[in-house]
Amino acid sequence: MRQTEHLVHKYLRSSKRFPHIWCAGCGIGIFMQALIRVIDQNEYSKDDIVLISGIGCSGRLPVYVDFNTLHTTHGRALTFATGIKLANPRLKVITVMGDGDAVAIGGNHFIHAARRNVEIASFVLNNSVYGMTGGQSSPTTPYGVITASAPYGNLEPDFDICRLAEAAGAVFVARATVYHTQLLDRLIDKALKKKGAAVVEVVSQCTTYAGHFLKLKSPVDMMKWQKNNSVTVEKAKQQSEAELEGKIVIGVLVDRERPSYHEQYQSLLAEKSKI
Amino acid sequence: MNKVEIYRGWCKKCDICIAFCPQKVLEADEESYPTVVSPEKCTGCLLCEMRCPDFAIVVNKDEESRKETGPAAGK
Ligand SMILES: Cc1ncc(C[n+]2csc(CCOP(=O)(O)OP(=O)(O)O)c2C)c(N)n1
Ligand code: SF4
Ligand code: SF4
Ligand code: SF4
Ligand SMILES: [Mg+2]
Repeated sequence: MRQTEHLVHKYLRSSKRFPHIWCAGCGIGIFMQALIRVIDQNEYSKDDIVLISGIGCSGRLPVYVDFNTLHTTHGRALTFATGIKLANPRLKVITVMGDGDAVAIGGNHFIHAARRNVEIASFVLNNSVYGMTGGQSSPTTPYGVITASAPYGNLEPDFDICRLAEAAGAVFVARATVYHTQLLDRLIDKALKKKGAAVVEVVSQCTTYAGHFLKLKSPVDMMKWQKNNSVTVEKAKQQSEAELEGKIVIGVLVDRERPSYHEQYQSLLAEKSKI
Repeated sequence: MNKVEIYRGWCKKCDICIAFCPQKVLEADEESYPTVVSPEKCTGCLLCEMRCPDFAIVVNKDEESRKETGPAAGK
């Protein structure tokens, strides 16, 4: 018999089959636990949370938890999220997206949700690959590596999700890895409380498809790689571009204020309905 | 003493809890499941619980380490 119930049991849908479908050592479960922990610490009501995903292994996450959840189409989590926040601004709207989901097929929505500054906390689970469909290159797959869709090596340079979010106008941008669970908790907490578009890139491991091209054999190796290759924002400020090549800069990258879209929309509605 | 419980029904034997326990409290048993080998060394840091992708490990902290680290330990 177990002595203590794991906290997650308060939030799991009992109708779902466990263990969950994710492969052994996949990072998605680590993020899921962190999200639940922070929601619990803040005592948010389950009914006030809307958790929205697209399609992909990461997209499976909302299926398991007892919040208001939407499992939408590939790349479209933010479109549903925007509509929900505008229709019912009282709700805490959260999206969970894969790297392919957020910045390949959903790239356009990603940019414009940041530009509009809709109050949505977005978490991009970046495992550098299309996990669900069998290991094809994504926009964050490193240049040169061999993937299911690039048998002679990936010819596309990868891009930086956080820089994209910053340039597009997100007011909170941060990065952690699933190894750095304590930092991850703090960043999730900040993102959930931000009044505007918040983006947290969560560097995660796809042990089944990304391990081989990163030349890392096991989930433990992949998490050691996260540990050894990460540099805090503070340390990174003292390093050159060359020194930071191939490194994961973790921490809060952007935290600024700008009027959010839904607040402006609400005031406009109030003003116009007076006339 | 802190009590670390492993729920085998959900454990996928990924070794993450074993590899990153700062005190080397856990080891793989003959079936490759994590098992507690040095319970007295556990500080109740919760890192094994937080990093388990399958919610298969839970740390039941004793009163002493609860006081030391507080309810928000691991934050
Ligand atoms: C419109 C559409 N195009 C393509 C697909 C096939 N598809 C499903 S998941 C996926 C990519 C998943 O990669 P990512 O978003 O990084 O999530 P991961 O599985 O890695 O978590 C693709 C291309 C789809 N379901 N719908
Ligand atoms: S394929 Fe990759 S991302 Fe999908 S569950 Fe398995 S390890 Fe996780
Ligand atoms: S981290 Fe979890 S799933 Fe992995 S070996 Fe430990 S208890 Fe099992
Ligand atoms: S709580 Fe900390 S010290 Fe105890 S077994 Fe887990 S990781 Fe090791
Ligand atoms: Mg992916």
